[in-house]
Amino acid sequence: MSDIQIKKSSTTYDAVIVGSGAGGGMAGYVLANAGLKVLMLEAGPFFDPAKSSSQLKWPYESARRGASTNTRNFGDFDGAFGGWDLEGEPYTTKDKTEFYWFRSRMLGGRTNHWGRISLRMGPDDFRGHHIDGLTDDWPITYDEVKPFYDKVDRMIGVYGTVENLPNEPDGIFLPPPKPRLNELFIKKGAEKAGVKVIAGRGSVLTEALPGNKDRGACFYCGQCNRSCKIYGDFSASSCLVIPALKTGNLKLITNAMVREVLTDHNGLATGVSYINKDDMQEYQVNAGIVILGASAGESARLLLNSKSANHPGGLANSSGVVGKYLHDSTGSSAGGWLPQLMDRKRYNEDGTGSIHIYAPWLKDNRKLDFPRGYHIEFGGGLGMPEYGFGFGIQDMNGAVPGRDGKPREAGGFGASLKDDYRRFYGTGFGMAGRGMAIARADNYCEIDPEVVDKFGIPVLRFHYKWNNDEIKQAKHMQETFQSVMHEMGAVYGPMQGPETNYGLEAPGRIIHEVGTVRMGDDPKTSALNKWCQAHDCKNLFVVDAAPFVQQGDKNATWTILALSMRTAEYILDQRKKLNV
Amino acid sequence: MNRRDSLKALGLGTISATMLLEACKPNNKKLAEDTNDKPETEDASRQPGEIERDKKLKAEKFFNEHEMATITVLADIIIPKDTRSGSASDAKVPEFIEFIVKDKTHNQVPMRGGLRWLDLQCLSRYGKTFVDITEAQQLEMVKEIAYPKKAKPEMRQGVSFFNRMRDLTATGFFTSKMGIEDLGYVGNTPNKWEGVPADVLKQYGMEGV
Repeated sequence: MSDIQIKKSSTTYDAVIVGSGAGGGMAGYVLANAGLKVLMLEAGPFFDPAKSSSQLKWPYESARRGASTNTRNFGDFDGAFGGWDLEGEPYTTKDKTEFYWFRSRMLGGRTNHWGRISLRMGPDDFRGHHIDGLTDDWPITYDEVKPFYDKVDRMIGVYGTVENLPNEPDGIFLPPPKPRLNELFIKKGAEKAGVKVIAGRGSVLTEALPGNKDRGACFYCGQCNRSCKIYGDFSASSCLVIPALKTGNLKLITNAMVREVLTDHNGLATGVSYINKDDMQEYQVNAGIVILGASAGESARLLLNSKSANHPGGLANSSGVVGKYLHDSTGSSAGGWLPQLMDRKRYNEDGTGSIHIYAPWLKDNRKLDFPRGYHIEFGGGLGMPEYGFGFGIQDMNGAVPGRDGKPREAGGFGASLKDDYRRFYGTGFGMAGRGMAIARADNYCEIDPEVVDKFGIPVLRFHYKWNNDEIKQAKHMQETFQSVMHEMGAVYGPMQGPETNYGLEAPGRIIHEVGTVRMGDDPKTSALNKWCQAHDCKNLFVVDAAPFVQQGDKNATWTILALSMRTAEYILDQRKKLNV
Repeated sequence: MNRRDSLKALGLGTISATMLLEACKPNNKKLAEDTNDKPETEDASRQPGEIERDKKLKAEKFFNEHEMATITVLADIIIPKDTRSGSASDAKVPEFIEFIVKDKTHNQVPMRGGLRWLDLQCLSRYGKTFVDITEAQQLEMVKEIAYPKKAKPEMRQGVSFFNRMRDLTATGFFTSKMGIEDLGYVGNTPNKWEGVPADVLKQYGMEGV
């Protein structure tokens, strides 16, 4: 007798949500608070930052001094349980193209370690077709999303400054952290180079959040990527799912890897099947509504793996668009150091773990040789020394005279070298462009016909290529970085050239992948309607970044939250009207 | 959550922020010996497999005694004791290097080969390996590979090795408790960030920026 069985639950939930990140977490929060009986399935373990964060650990508490590993891509203290490669859960690529897929398997998903950079998409970002015809318009406008951005701001908290810029909408802001010393040099230099720099926008509580007793105000350790023990920043675990559990209406099952969405003979969703990683048994659960918030990649994979007589090409895929229009942000970066800051005075400059300053996109693309823009994230200061500290001193210490004013030979050893590390500490800075990549049908993910993961689930195969639009944008970033660093009086290397596509990171590396289950008014060219409800299956919704038609240069999380809240409220409304 | 609750949530009980600040000052801590190998069991921030992997790495031995002795001499030449802090070996840098080459295996061949390269240079010059030559000879040898721009072309492999050795030594030292104190890093503790101090703003003419 086989020891594998399919266990069918007799309970029917009002809704089952796949995934517990920004999208799934927000949907769960809204629906559970409205009294629905909700089941949430998370592929990773339970994670509460209050108990499991590495916050305030010292580098020497890690044998590798905080260095990264295959299981901690952003360092030993980083909050992500996951990474580019998960043991037993492969993905493949096609036609020698490249895509890197970062997955966090844990309650709250990637919101536990993200940079907390919280930007709204602007009015132009929703209507790309009107701008240059290169991409499709969203079926919704900024004005329709604005009330939800506002609610997310109030509910979760975001710092920033009101700027009244054309395509960089202001929010309801907490006070921003002041710039660090290096960032003042950046600001001054950037402005000389014609790049406007404003206060950062981050979901960190620089003040107590009005009406919220569960979350503490930021105490400025600069370690948001470790996740915050006092819930001073936004993670879906701490701010959405854990509070939703307190309503008593949300049941959470962790280590539950969903295999497919189940449908009935009418083609409607009836629930999902999953494998429980703890007992390796197969389960089926029933729900009136199925909500996918598994990530752009995983939600597309689930739909494509949910084939039935009614949905032969995969669920919600009569249009054939599921998996297509995959796009990540572009990214290119540069850095250097400021000789003016050698031997600087020491003080605590940790600040927040999100950006203190950034440069929004304000240029006119009609005067440039590439479409769509990018913003620049900046940083630098007296940060905590971790693995990598002091690397490459031979490229720095020959560039400036010693304490005695005499020229120094690069490299060296001994007392004078030891002193150099002290002298150079806190002089470094970095800048990173994050830009809009064009959503194209020929950048896609699909089911690999030959490969399954360790659970027997067919895996995704990616096909993704940058084209000249993105490469020229990266070139512009590099040129801008050079002029900013020049105006700062910094020491820096030459700009990255065509041999590296101007430093353009491979697709997926910025971890802003979106667009795989896009929304639209026309069921022939989109999978979801403007409420993120499947055209082909009215009780199926997608609430992660998969519904994005075209991402702006803005990081995706704040828009995921706003759209998920909007969809959840729509679900409540439709239930009242007995439509779902 | 008020400040006291926040500190409690951090596992800091009811101690005041000032006490906390004091406690976090590295010079109030014990010797460097007890800094590097905290037990990582029962640590909820670790994923299954991470603790075991670290344990396994720590139990393995990569460098032999001769190699470790050479690393120790080199590390102390790179970061010697001075009036401000101890030497690389005082901060257990050789032990860190032993661990990190097991963790980041791309270091293994360049480190092992570089150490052997160094010994062969010394054998042909002085008839002894690096650890057995005099201090003056050791410094003479190191000078040949410590300055990338003026090193002789035939010393290039030695320069590459020494660059790596210098990087690992510096990182190991300045991420130790002793090195962090030396550097004057005063963060990693609850505080209120109110911007760059006024005297520093003034020093750099950044008041209006």
